[in-house]
Amino acid sequence: MNIVIIKYNAGNIHSVKIALNRLGIEPVVSDDPDVIRTAEKVIFPGVGEASTAMEYLSKNNLTGVIRGLKQPFLGICLGLQLMCAYSEENNTTCLNVFDVQVRKFPPKDKVPHMGWNNITGLSGPLFNKIPDGSFVYFVHSFYAETGPETIATGNYILPFSAGLNKDNFYALQFHPEKSGKTGEQILRNFLAL
Amino acid sequence: MLTKRIIPCLDIAGGQTVKGVNFVNIRQAGDPVALGAAYAEQGADELCFLDITATIENRSTFAELVKQIALHVNIPFTVGGGIACEKDVEVLLSAGADKITVNSAAVKNPELINRLALNFGSQCVVLAIDTKFEENEWTVYVHGGRTPTGINTIKWAEEACQRGAGEILLTSMNHDGTKNGFALDITSALSEKLPIPIIASGGAGTCDLFVDVFTKGKADAALAASIFHFGEIPIPKLKQYLKEKKVAVRL
Repeated sequence: MNIVIIKYNAGNIHSVKIALNRLGIEPVVSDDPDVIRTAEKVIFPGVGEASTAMEYLSKNNLTGVIRGLKQPFLGICLGLQLMCAYSEENNTTCLNVFDVQVRKFPPKDKVPHMGWNNITGLSGPLFNKIPDGSFVYFVHSFYAETGPETIATGNYILPFSAGLNKDNFYALQFHPEKSGKTGEQILRNFLAL
Repeated sequence: MLTKRIIPCLDIAGGQTVKGVNFVNIRQAGDPVALGAAYAEQGADELCFLDITATIENRSTFAELVKQIALHVNIPFTVGGGIACEKDVEVLLSAGADKITVNSAAVKNPELINRLALNFGSQCVVLAIDTKFEENEWTVYVHGGRTPTGINTIKWAEEACQRGAGEILLTSMNHDGTKNGFALDITSALSEKLPIPIIASGGAGTCDLFVDVFTKGKADAALAASIFHFGEIPIPKLKQYLKEKKVAVRL
């Protein structure tokens, strides 16, 4: 299967690649628009800061490429936030795949939200065979608001989008590549789309 | 609900798992890759691998081991031991580690924490502190607990947090290896003072002692080694017990 992981200046790309290796898949890691356009499926992972990531994507002519993709696409963590309209992290205009705002958690508890938390209100094929309330692994300081595109809800300090979907675009705030068997099943579900 | 994390720690020497008791004696406890995968299967929330004989010639052996761990473990894992610069961190993260710990090198050069947070993100920078209570004060020790620094533990943790550490792994040398309970006072003091997670280490012995460290100690995570390695407390049993005692855990 021709899976491409989008390469950009954000950490954690290795973890996603290795998680796919565990499922017997050797993905291609690339920032070449032609390689990305011709992939069967595209994964957009990342841990990092929104504005520098958007700068990198713009500089490498990837913003339009991403928005124009028709194949199944999965954003993870910072990837999800960059697919939203806007992030409060350094006032960043993002890709606007989802009409959703990304905000900083109010400091009512420890931030980042780090560790295993459950997800509820699961809908769509990405969550096939995943029971409502399953635990997944999160690390993030900013969150996407909930809305009509929300396909999974997390709750820390307040409810937020743990999953978003619009057409072929899927995104997860948590790390399926680090979420044990639950995460592996979600990745398998994505590969089966 | 965000759950409390149970973290088995595997001390590594020459590619094998060992456990120091009170930082001195060493007993064998198996193959790190197999043990790590087994813990993940049992419900461990994270894993920690510490290269306790970190030397330049052992570096590449450890990085190779980290690659193998990453290929077999589907939960987050932290690695540490002798990390002194960005290059060390880059090698380990590229090998597939999720987080790294720094200890002595950060005490010697606190600016290292800022640089690691800037280059790799706070989420992967865990500051490990070995601390000892003596003469009415918790102070920081370095070099595997051999060298006192006289630095106040709370002050050091606060400074590290401001510099960008993402978590604190706090080991009480008074409690480590005793199986008589974690250092509840210093753990809760740090947890209340700092906006980042505190991982308590040293003193795990019974299920009730874990309840204490999460309730009275206000720890976000608890780390232990020999009680898991020798099967004294199976992780599923521990988590079931914590749940019965109303501690939020992932089951």
